[in-house]
Amino acid sequence: MRAIPRHALNAGWILVLPFVVLVGALFLGPIFNILWLSVSDPTPGLGNYTELFTSDSLGRILWTTLRVCVICTAISVVLGYSIAYAMVHAAEGTRNKMLGLLLVSFWISVLVRTFSWLMLLGRNGVVNSTLETIGIISEPISFMRNELGVLIGMVHYMVPYAVLPILASMQSIDGRVLQASRSLGATGTQTFWRVYLPLSRAGLVAAALLVFIINLGFYVIPAVLGGGKVLMVAEYISVQVLVTLQWGTAAMLAALLLFGVLALLFLMSRFMKLSTVFGGARA
Amino acid sequence: MKTGLAARFNSGLAWLLLVLLVAPALVAIPVSLTPRRFLSFPTDELSLQYYRKLFTSPEWLSSFGQSAVIGLSSTLLATTIGTLCAIGLWRVSSRAGEVMRAILLLPLVIPPIIAAMAFYRLFVPLGLIDSYIGLILAHTVLSAPLVLITVSASLAGFDPRLEQASRNLGASNWTTMRRVILPGIKPGVMAGAVFAFIASWDEIVVTLFLSKFSVYTLPRRMWNGIRENTDPTVAAAAVVLMVVTLVAFSIWALAVRRQRPTE
Repeated sequence: MRAIPRHALNAGWILVLPFVVLVGALFLGPIFNILWLSVSDPTPGLGNYTELFTSDSLGRILWTTLRVCVICTAISVVLGYSIAYAMVHAAEGTRNKMLGLLLVSFWISVLVRTFSWLMLLGRNGVVNSTLETIGIISEPISFMRNELGVLIGMVHYMVPYAVLPILASMQSIDGRVLQASRSLGATGTQTFWRVYLPLSRAGLVAAALLVFIINLGFYVIPAVLGGGKVLMVAEYISVQVLVTLQWGTAAMLAALLLFGVLALLFLMSRFMKLSTVFGGARA
Repeated sequence: MKTGLAARFNSGLAWLLLVLLVAPALVAIPVSLTPRRFLSFPTDELSLQYYRKLFTSPEWLSSFGQSAVIGLSSTLLATTIGTLCAIGLWRVSSRAGEVMRAILLLPLVIPPIIAAMAFYRLFVPLGLIDSYIGLILAHTVLSAPLVLITVSASLAGFDPRLEQASRNLGASNWTTMRRVILPGIKPGVMAGAVFAFIASWDEIVVTLFLSKFSVYTLPRRMWNGIRENTDPTVAAAAVVLMVVTLVAFSIWALAVRRQRPTE
């Protein structure tokens, strides 16, 4: 450790202060207000929470959200694993090209992607007309206003998020362990399943949790591609706040979402340093 | 490990997936060139009429202007606050500092829909709904953590003895910051600024809650276009949005490449 004079320590906190004030006053404070609303609006008590067990529509929305999130996470992580594996085993030049494609897709706006999927997946969209022309299907497949379309859009958005943590953990695997496995007589397949996969487990778990967390609160893609038929938590909250003005129910759902996300983040931090996942400071 | 059949099959699959990650967005390009009056693919001729409309219609132009003003203002604020905070936490360098860092990164991980609710609830009584200040403040909160991350990464590779040397040679706090620390972490500050700008330029969920009539950013107008799903101008806007993001991304990628040999 370097020696820090006492006044430097104070100076450090002064620099942190503006950010703390901003986040405290504009973000954390109002979030505590929302948590408070969930037990005080319209009447004090846990009424909003007991609604979870009595209201059919709330139950259905939570079930849809969980189902879509679990399926989307599973597919994204498997596809992400395949990409990360290929990247780790590619030559450096090829790897940089692959990383370039991955990052470009990472940065393309969610609105642009959603718009493109509307064009591609519609009844007369590119996918249906191509499939019809080459004779695979005779009737157009309905991709939109159902879970299939939402899943396609969400998986497409999530794969880059899945790749990054898996890539980080694969890069830390010692190649000599794999050589040892091979020289002791294991086949390539055995080495993969018995040695490589367990060694990359931390990245796999972190990727799954990260994708799941982002999915839970996803708004744009389910709202547009689901076309009102696939109602998930985030869209329901926005309707409660902006249209029906039921702050209590919205705040209760937001509280559930918040505690779910924080619990999963805590779990995730036990598998991988969060700073590694977010490409941050002390990896 | 030898390249087995399975590994070769997998790398083929990975390339296919990577291409599929980028390719769908490109569909906006042909749609934006359609000569027809509804969203469609051009069949025999191409037309630039929707780009002309995009760059002449007062609504779209004002949205471009508003997105630029909000994006640049919140980038300036977020970069300043985020950089100061990263330097502060680096100097403090204690367990309390790390806890504080985790708390300050929360706006990145808490779902945007919750942030939108919180801002909305706060801004209604303050009269900041549908105002520039409201959106700039909200976007600053959401993008400052990105700056904190990139600047902290730069600081992790910055030798603290340089700071001590500067102090020992008699430089004041302010001079040390301006002449020693900031030049050393410039790549991180620049990367943070680029990320912060893209985050604001693309932001839609919070904007949906905070804008009504007078403040109407580019994503907000695109969202309407997507919901109505008829006017091809939205395709032209999608192409422009994509180009701006790619330009910002390329600036960042070039900066990273230039920085690498000196590391």
